[in-house]
Formats: sequence, structure tokens, C-alpha cells
Amino acid sequence: MRPKVRAYKRPSKISEYPSAPAFESGHLVTKNAGWRTFVPIVDPEKCVGCLRCYLVCPDGVIARTENNKVEIDYDFCKGCGICAHECKVKAITMKKEADEDEI
Amino acid sequence: MKSNLKFVSGDEAVALGVRLARPHVISAYPITPQTIVVERLADFVEDGSLKAEYMHVESEHSAMAAAMGVSSVGARAFTATSSQGLLHMAECVHYASGARFPIVMMNANRSIAVPWSIYGDQRDSLGLLDSGWIQVYVEDAQEALDMMIQAYKVAEHPEVMTPFMVNLDGFVLTHTYEPVEVPDQKQVDDFLPMYQSTNKMSMDEPKSLCFSTSPADNQEFKYMQHKAMEGSVDIIREVDAEFGQVFGRYYHGMTESYRCEDAEAVLMTLGSVTGTVRTVVDMLRAEGHKVGVFKIRYMRPFPQDEVKELGKLGSRVGVLEKNISFGNEGTVFTNVNSVFSTLEKRVESKNYVGGLGGRDITKEDIRGIFMDLLSKEPFTERVEFIGMGCDTNE
Amino acid sequence: MTRMSDFNIRPKDLTDQEYFYGHKACAGCGATIAVRLALKVLGERTYSVLPANCMSAVSFIYPQMAFTTNAIISPFASTGAMLSGVAAGARALGIKDFQTVGFAGDGGTADIGFQALSGAIDRGDDIIYICYDNEAYMNTGIQKSGLTPYGTKTTTSPAGENLPGAVTHKKNMFEIVAAHGIAYAATASIGYPNDFLRKLNKAKSVRGPVYLHILASCPTGWGSKTELSVQLAKDAVDSGLWYLAEYENDEFKLNRNPKEFIPVEEYLYKQGRFKHLKEEDISVIIEHRDKKWEKMRKTWL
Repeated sequence: MRPKVRAYKRPSKISEYPSAPAFESGHLVTKNAGWRTFVPIVDPEKCVGCLRCYLVCPDGVIARTENNKVEIDYDFCKGCGICAHECKVKAITMKKEADEDEI
Repeated sequence: MKSNLKFVSGDEAVALGVRLARPHVISAYPITPQTIVVERLADFVEDGSLKAEYMHVESEHSAMAAAMGVSSVGARAFTATSSQGLLHMAECVHYASGARFPIVMMNANRSIAVPWSIYGDQRDSLGLLDSGWIQVYVEDAQEALDMMIQAYKVAEHPEVMTPFMVNLDGFVLTHTYEPVEVPDQKQVDDFLPMYQSTNKMSMDEPKSLCFSTSPADNQEFKYMQHKAMEGSVDIIREVDAEFGQVFGRYYHGMTESYRCEDAEAVLMTLGSVTGTVRTVVDMLRAEGHKVGVFKIRYMRPFPQDEVKELGKLGSRVGVLEKNISFGNEGTVFTNVNSVFSTLEKRVESKNYVGGLGGRDITKEDIRGIFMDLLSKEPFTERVEFIGMGCDTNE
Repeated sequence: MTRMSDFNIRPKDLTDQEYFYGHKACAGCGATIAVRLALKVLGERTYSVLPANCMSAVSFIYPQMAFTTNAIISPFASTGAMLSGVAAGARALGIKDFQTVGFAGDGGTADIGFQALSGAIDRGDDIIYICYDNEAYMNTGIQKSGLTPYGTKTTTSPAGENLPGAVTHKKNMFEIVAAHGIAYAATASIGYPNDFLRKLNKAKSVRGPVYLHILASCPTGWGSKTELSVQLAKDAVDSGLWYLAEYENDEFKLNRNPKEFIPVEEYLYKQGRFKHLKEEDISVIIEHRDKKWEKMRKTWL
């Protein structure tokens, strides 16, 4: 339950701008994935669903799954590594972005 | 028409006008000579005759910031200030117009320190001419009251959405008692219904306000602000005309011209000094001199059309202002001449600076100005300080 | 009487909604954790007011709006005043069941926004003011603020032959705020998120002004590894250089009283801003810490 990135076309006419500097909240047009050097990989076998990583993620990219495990929105993960560092059971490891082709 | 007459000061007239406009929240910080406005409004809230929240803020900067908070949810806000207070809130004054919040503020025109003086001149608000606020300068208590009502109607117009500053000369107007007709609340309610805006935070459609832009978009917002202010000229005229029809008092829109049509010399004025100048015009007319007075009501938006028309009359024009932009000339004069410069035929004009720090501008001073203008002699100086108390030609 | 534990929230009780998403803060930013968690507890009917600071700079970049709820940027000095205005306006319009929260940094709170904050508390307005304290003006490039600790190297308090970095201790904002007789105030740390959640939940229920002061690490300004942001904020508490406490009904309460502190060096030397500290500087820091704890342990337990 996060806002989604939407297609955005720059205004070509002045009337397409908002009439005041006020805009729809949660309006996202760009991702943050490009910031990442390391990428967190969750091992669902090791994850005990304590949700510590979910709690302390600065970007809110870690969500609970139905079976009380976690999944990561890689579009907005900046790869800070807090989740891996804070995981008490070492269920998250940071891998070099380039090495992780499947993502 | 139901109405009643009250004998009140300019400040009290403002408070009465504000009460009729029914703001939701008043953020208040006292400064001489604005204080009576916020005192009376506090009385009105206390006695229940004004259903508003009265917010005691700890500074003018916060007074405007709080007013912006009020406006950011679509509620009607009022505040009042003067002089140092206006300068203290200057950051927020610009902020409110950029945010397109239709806040109304009364400003008691007062000198800027130092030297300290609580008395009037117009250097405070004229120093904020570029802040994106509509600025009107009123002449008497009745106009002050009426303009509080007109101000909200203009500011909140969907095509304007620009904050509005009503300026009263400190003491001369804020503290002078005059009979004032107080309009009927029902009529005001019909004239000024509660506004609806999309420029607000709303639980149905959450918004992010006062955002930042990259250089790729910033200028477009400033362009829209400029166009809205330019376009407000028509709205100002319409609202004033409608006000005249409903309440029987019409203020001639952007400017008010008096006996200018055939005048050889015209003096342009701003604010309460106009009354004195009008008296002198009548005296001089009685003596056979062709003189007139041209009152500028709005400094922003600037009355380009009206000033242009005046320039075409061919009279010699003086601009009298309680203001000086050190090292140049009075700002009103600069604005007037910039319009004159668009005319084919050059207008001979001169700047008369006086009334600084509360000094009286006397009938003799004004007569002297007219005599200077009426003489066929070329002007020896562009800017003259009038009413100096000592010899300046040492 | 309600006990503090009544306000406990488990992570799984938090809403799945993310109200602060897609922002452009640095990787590992501690302040964003504070904002994100606060909104999860306060809920979607919340008006957020942010002065010009990192949190507003990273989340209102037209056309990318990272708050999904209502939010507004205030002038730098005006968080407290605009909060009051928003709350008053919403009340006057008859809007019910809403929260009004401010997120200001340490400079925006202890320095330029101090007066407006004091005014808002003094008025007794029903608002929540959250100071995320990363101990310097980070948005402008790491300059010293009134909440920069002794010995911190910043761009305006350089460390060298003659100076150890900042030469003053942190302004005591928590007690200054409490001295107003505020309805509720608390300190927190992103290193103790559960404690913060509890305090937020409590804040939500309080009528009148609330002040929460949360230590939030800044890898960019602190010169620390991004993955250590939460760890460092915890270490600050565990070494006694920060504390978790509350104020309510004219009483202070220390929430965490470690029997033994971890060595301050363990906290300090993980950060570039403290790398230069000499033994005598460390002594100054420890002496200041011990004095503070002696007083807190005497009267806040």
C-alpha cells in the first residue's frame, strides 16, 4: 500500500500547471533504484518475521507478506543496508548491485 | 438599506469591517498604531459578536505564518501590522503571495526605524511593493471599513487568489474619529459568501502545499502570479462597482481623479493626505488656478491605464509621497514615470517627498507645490523634500 | 490511571500504508525513519507542517510529492506558528478527528524556530511538534546548530590545533520545553523505535501541545556508514550521550536507566565528525554526561 510511479508529461501550456504551488500528495514520477550500490536480499528460510527491518527502513520499502515474512520494493530501495545490519537472525544480506542480475 | 452610523477611529472602522467579513481565525500581535484593531477584534470575539478563533502569536512573523496555516486548509484569515512588524514578517509576506493564499491584512503605515518614530509615513508598505500583495491605500475611516469587505472578495476571487494589504496612514487615519456607516451583516454576507478553493489541504484530496520547483518550473509559477495580479485590476473594478450598487459607496476603482480634466497642474497622492490636497485644489480653483488632484488607490496592481490617461491630459504632474528610495527618488514617482514613459508626448513631472516620520503636510506646503507646478519654469530638481524645518542649502 | 505500557504498539499493529514514500533523502537517513513511523501512528487524517529543512527538501520536489497525506512547507522559523494556524483553521471549518504534526530539525527547533515553538506551547494548542535532531544544519551542508554536541566537527565548527570542533554542549531543549508546563514531552531515538512508537501513540491521545525530541542519525553529516544509522542512535542512548525520558503533569520520568554505559568511544569513533577527538575532549564529554545522569537519576526515576 504505497503510491505508485505514474507517467508524467511536463506541462506544455501554462494552463496545465497547478494554479498555485500545491499538488496531489503521493504523486510519484521517479524511482530511487538507481541510487543503489548494494542490494538487500532476504532469505525467507531464515526470516522469522520479527518486522524489525520493516520498522527501521528509512524508505518504507519493506512490506510484510501474508505469511508474515517481508518483501522489498526494489524500485525505491536505496541500498542503505540498515535492514541487513539490524536483522537479528542475519536473514538479509547485501550484495553488489551488478552481481544481482535477477533483480 | 439597513445600516447604522457610528463615530469611530480608523482602526475601529477596520475592526468593524473585519467583523462583517467573518474571518475564521485572527492572528494578532500588537504594534502601534495598529493596536486598536486587534484590541477591538479581541473584544468582538469575547462578546461573541464575532465567531472567530483569536490566536495570540508571539511575533508578526508568526502572525503571518499562522494566517497562512489557516488559509492552507481553506479557512479565512485576518491579521494586522505596521512598520517594523511588517518588516519582521517580510519573509512570510512574500511566502503568502507565492503560496496564493488570499489573506487580508491591515497595515498601519508608519515610519521605519531608525531614528525611531511611531508616526506615519509610507516607507513600510512601499518597501514591500514587490512582495506580490495587492496594496490599497485608503483615505478615510469609511473607506477603511468598506475595503476590508472588498479586500476578501477580490483576494479570494478564483482568478486572483492573491493576498491583500489595506493601508491606513498611521495616527492621521488610524486614530482619527469620524462618523462611519456600518453596513448590514446580511447584506455583507450576500456580497461576500464564504470562498471555495482548491488550493488547500483537504482530507478528501490530500495535497502537498508550498512545494519546491527546479529551475525548469519555477518561472512558470512566478509568471502565473504576475498574470493573476495584472488580471486583478478588472476584478478590483468589478468588485468596487458591485459594492457601490449594494452599499451606495463607490471608490472609483484603481484611482480617483478630482478636477483634473482641464488642469494645468495635477498632484498625485496616496492615502489620507488626499483630503487636504482636495481642499487646497478647491481653494486654488476659487482663485482661478487650474489644478487637480489624482489619488492613486492601488499601488499593486499598478493603475497603468488610469495613469496613462492622466498623462495624456498634458498637465504638469507632481507626485507627493511619504516615501523615499534613498539614492534615487520616491517609489511612487518611479512607478508613475514608468507609465508616462510609454506616452508619445513627454509628461513633465516632479517628485515631492514629505511627511516622513509623521511630519505634517500642511495646506501651505501643498499650495507651494501647486505654485511650483503652475510656474512655467523648468524644474530645477527632480526630487524635492518639502516641509523641511531648517535650511538645507548650506 | 493509564500506564505508559498501555500505549505500546507492536510493529505488526502498524498500518501497512506508507504515508511517506519515494522521497529523495540520502540513503540511511535517520530523520526519514522518524517521519515515516510518526505518520504510521498518527494516521492518514494528519496535517504535516515542515519548515525548510531536509525532510521538506526531499519530499516536495514538484512533481514528486512523497507525502501521501496533507503536508505543507512553512517558513524556516514558523513551524510552531503554522501548526497552530492549520489546527485553528481546521477546527474553525468544523473538521473533526485530525492530527496536526510538525517535523522540524535541530536548527529549526532550538535556533530559528524556537520562538514560534514557545508561542505554540504557550497557547496550549492541540498540536504535536517533533524535533528530529541530527545535531547540525545538515540541509545546508553540516553547520553547527544549538543542538550540536561538544567536540563535533562541522563545517562551521572545524576541529584543528586550537579547537576541538564545537565548544558548547547541546541546548537542553527537552527541559526548556517542559518548563513551559507542556501537556506532554518526551525524548526518543530511532535506535529505540518501539519506545518512539509508544510515545507517538501517547502523543496522539494527549489534548494540548506535545513535544517529541528524537535523535536521528545522519550518515552524510555524521560521517558514518549508512547501515549504522539505527545502531548509532541506539549507541548514543547506551553510552549515555542521549537519554529516553518523558515529562507530564509536572514530572520527569527516565525511561531507560542503563546499569552500565557502553564506552562513549564506541559510539563516537564510528563517526567522522568525532574521529579527531583527543583524550581530554573525551573527558569533557564524559564529565558532562555524568553530571546530567546524576541529576536525572536523582530526580527522574
